[in-house]
Amino acid sequence: MSELLAHSTALAGRGLRLSRRNVDAVITAMLLPVILMLLFVYFFGGAIDTGTRYVTYVVPGVLILCAGFGSSTTAVSVSDDMKGGIIDRFRSLDIGGAPVLAGHVAASVVRNLISTTLVLGVAFLIGFRPDTSPGAALAAAGVLIAFITAVSWLSAVAGLLARTPEAAGGFTFFVMFLPYPSSAFVPIDTMPSWLHGFAEHQPVTPVIESLRGLLLGQSVGSAPWIALGWCAGLLVVSLALSGVLFRRRAA
Amino acid sequence: MSPHAVADGLAIEATGLEKAYGKPDRRLLGKAGKGRGGGNGEEGAGGRATARAAGQAAGQGAGQDAGQTSRRTTVLCGIDLRVPRGTVFALLGPNGAGKTTAVRILATLTTADRGTARVAGHDVVTERRRVRRAISLTGQFAAVDEKQTGEENLRMMARLSGLSRADAKRRAAELLDTFQLTAASRRLAGTYSGGMRRRLDLAAGLVGEPEVVFLDEPTTGLDPRSRQELWQVVRGLSARGVTVFLTTQYLEEADQLADRIAVLDRGRLVAEGTADELKTRVAGHRLDLVLADEAAYRRLAPRAVHHSAETLTVGLPTDGTAAEVRALLDEVDPHRTDVIRFTLHSATLDDVFLALTEGAGTGEAGTGQATTSTSGGTSTSGGAATTATTTTATAAASDDGKEPARV
Repeated sequence: MSELLAHSTALAGRGLRLSRRNVDAVITAMLLPVILMLLFVYFFGGAIDTGTRYVTYVVPGVLILCAGFGSSTTAVSVSDDMKGGIIDRFRSLDIGGAPVLAGHVAASVVRNLISTTLVLGVAFLIGFRPDTSPGAALAAAGVLIAFITAVSWLSAVAGLLARTPEAAGGFTFFVMFLPYPSSAFVPIDTMPSWLHGFAEHQPVTPVIESLRGLLLGQSVGSAPWIALGWCAGLLVVSLALSGVLFRRRAA
Repeated sequence: MSPHAVADGLAIEATGLEKAYGKPDRRLLGKAGKGRGGGNGEEGAGGRATARAAGQAAGQGAGQDAGQTSRRTTVLCGIDLRVPRGTVFALLGPNGAGKTTAVRILATLTTADRGTARVAGHDVVTERRRVRRAISLTGQFAAVDEKQTGEENLRMMARLSGLSRADAKRRAAELLDTFQLTAASRRLAGTYSGGMRRRLDLAAGLVGEPEVVFLDEPTTGLDPRSRQELWQVVRGLSARGVTVFLTTQYLEEADQLADRIAVLDRGRLVAEGTADELKTRVAGHRLDLVLADEAAYRRLAPRAVHHSAETLTVGLPTDGTAAEVRALLDEVDPHRTDVIRFTLHSATLDDVFLALTEGAGTGEAGTGQATTSTSGGTSTSGGAATTATTTTATAAASDDGKEPARV
């Protein structure tokens, strides 16, 4: 177990060094959510009635978008690894799939936290004023990290599934798409009724509701627990899938 | 790097390794079975001629695709290997002979369908972890991160081999020094030359001080100087008692480095021994004759170990003594009109290799085979080989001839 941890740490360090040097991908992953936030706030925000300032409403959604953009980097780097000879080298050192993917996921989480900070900073500049307690902020961070971790593992799976890094990038489009049919950018009750069922019960909605509630000092009910349940479920499925896929791809 | 005790015994011992890829496809087997069955090399000369003709008619690409995706392709058919500790062993063979598969089985990255293998005293299947701890593999594809510096790559590998942070740093510095990469240690590996990258790759494989080092085509694509440097590294490893198992398609490389050489052709070992032993398996010398006309060429080509229709050259085996050369010339050209010029070569491993791999199908480096590959040579190399020397033209012909049996 301690060996697994040591391997994962060494490989997370690798992942971070690689992302630091993959400047264009990282800048894309960090700047796009900010640009999108500005776009939503200043282009669409005036037309959307959410009962609060739109920037206040939209920030949790943008944080989720960050996870989507970050996930494409993760999928591409996993896929790159599978293509080259380094996996064979790792395997001949008796390092299995788990630490290799864990390294990528850890790097992905760190990248995401940086872009999250960036988004929050810009949001604050354009008028986002959270109303939260330290405990609630911590809980919000917990839910967000859980979501980012789950999405990162899922992206790693996409990276294992894809035969080429380009395809891996495409796989993650759906992760980026998922926030739109949710309460991320517009209240669900403004959507057509046939979409309500999906929008209310898809994984992104409880995550966004928890973040919004916790950051704005509103009551959140069971949303955080549902969100964590979704994240745990996604994580378990991704972990299982990645184990199987890694063995199949690397053999 | 601490020396390993050179104990008696074998570093690698493999018996009856077999491996096939893909699923059997009855429909295709029925159609192409006769022509493509050459994969095993068990047919006679006639069968192989058919296989060659089929391969050429279908075109290389189509032949390979059918082999790879639609039916079971035998890659290794029962090979035995014994490599004493502390020696350098070369597995020599053309592209697609099964070299990489053999290495991957021994390095525990894939499993054989049949047969057993022990590496560093451990079974590659039941004691996989122990084997992995004792070996390193440097494959054909560079296993270093281009976006990490040389030093970062090595430190990461050292950490992954279980060294502490401080030890990893020390070990990386040591290896950078050994492989003359210290000056470039802080540059990204992506900026390295091909030779430097290969050295870094090899160094990365050595952080854990393996007992057995597998090198899969270590010098493919390197310039002559980098190749020489890599050879020095291999000799250095061997001097420290490390067992080196390398694959190569360069005979010179095997000749230069290896204590023992095994020749692999279409999944079968066709010869094994020291470079000198292999050389004596064909006659010590080769008499190359430039002939006056096609008629003489057609008459002599069947008994030649080497021939080129374009230059009307045939090479005949001889022991190289004046008496025998004289007798041979009289015998092949009694009227003294057919032979224009001759040159005498000592046999190279290339001759051995071509003789061995040509004759693999029938077990003799003999007459019927030579005719088959002559026709293959003329039909395939006509346009492409205008500038090629006679040796390479023949090599190309035999390579083309093997196309249907490729993996």
